[in-house]
Amino acid sequence: MNIIISNFSDEPIYLQIVNQLKEQIVKGELTESQSLPSIRKLAKELNISVITTKRAYDELEKEGFIVTVAGKGSYVASINKELFRETKLKIIEEKLTEAIHTAKLVGLTLEELQEMLNIIYEGW
Amino acid sequence: MMNKILEITNLRKNYKNFSLKGINITLERGYIMGFIGPNGSGKSTTIKLIMNLIKKDSGEIKIFGLDNEQNDISIKERIGFVYDENHFYEELTVKEMKDVIRPFYSKWDEGVFNQYAKNFELPLKKEIKHLSKGMKMKFSLAIALSHHAELLIMDEPTSGLDPLIRSELLDVLQSLLQDENKSIFFSSHITSDLDKVADYITLIDNGEIILSQTKDELLEEYCIVKGRKSQLDTHHGVNFIGLKQNDFGFEALSKNKKEVLNQLGDSVLIEKPTLEDIMLFFTKRGDHNVPSH
Repeated sequence: MNIIISNFSDEPIYLQIVNQLKEQIVKGELTESQSLPSIRKLAKELNISVITTKRAYDELEKEGFIVTVAGKGSYVASINKELFRETKLKIIEEKLTEAIHTAKLVGLTLEELQEMLNIIYEGW
Repeated sequence: MMNKILEITNLRKNYKNFSLKGINITLERGYIMGFIGPNGSGKSTTIKLIMNLIKKDSGEIKIFGLDNEQNDISIKERIGFVYDENHFYEELTVKEMKDVIRPFYSKWDEGVFNQYAKNFELPLKKEIKHLSKGMKMKFSLAIALSHHAELLIMDEPTSGLDPLIRSELLDVLQSLLQDENKSIFFSSHITSDLDKVADYITLIDNGEIILSQTKDELLEEYCIVKGRKSQLDTHHGVNFIGLKQNDFGFEALSKNKKEVLNQLGDSVLIEKPTLEDIMLFFTKRGDHNVPSH
């Protein structure tokens, strides 16, 4: 498990933890039923407040990425990776539709739009 | 609620030139609260009242659910207390001083003390007067932590200490909080110590509590707004705190980042505040909360 916190990011610290753990779970770097450090241990290691780590775990639990068993700790949940991918694909479709809509408003061609997508994609 | 380790209700204390104006503070078990405010704002008075070192005029202070005046001794057995200025006998050695304090605590744990003495590299045979300021603080801390205290109260523990010792101290505090039944109440005007580890922040100014909430909410809700002076005349409806103007622009704190984004959007610069920024904008003397037109 890897977590790198930026103190200068606009993203709140709890969200940085949520996003990094989600990514590692989806990629399979963290596997099902693997146990996670306690919120207090994590707070100490990262030098952040307990409330922040608690909020991160609460959020991950709400979204189904981890489960917390009272008195036993938190574990990586069994997530349906296919379902996760489906939801993400749907979001991408929606956003692309929006982009196409805007492109048509200013008369951008498909080629021009593809060119733009290429440049942005390569830039990431 | 059983979980409240410290509960202050409507606490008042009047002096000739200063008064504590009915303050309320609540701290749950398992968390660190940073108690911040400028010098003379009432931090030390509040801590002296919590420790029952001075008498309140009215209000209530409950520690571990017990009234702090009626249960003075039993409460103090369960509190670790670290002052800015230590109150030790300067002529004694570290070990001698420890042996003077030890009998006051029924739950004194010599093994814990020795462990801290070793970790902090306390010079046991050295006289207190020859200790550096940092070492005195570490000794105070070792004493405060050697009787299994549930609540650690610290009055300006980091003032005058170098960054390395301050960071060591924060490490010790976080280790202590591995036990979810313990809490720490920490007053400081050096807010950078609290930026990282504090769970809750309580800001006091001029004897009044200005805010008391989780640090995360605080840093997410508030923002610093900077812009052109002409923007102050428009009907934006945003309430500014501690507005500062110079010849070329203005800056202020806002309690509602979303509102600023909605009302002013890209026309101003919006920045993430630090605790120090929040304290400074709130406690700036002179033209306080300037309402919108």
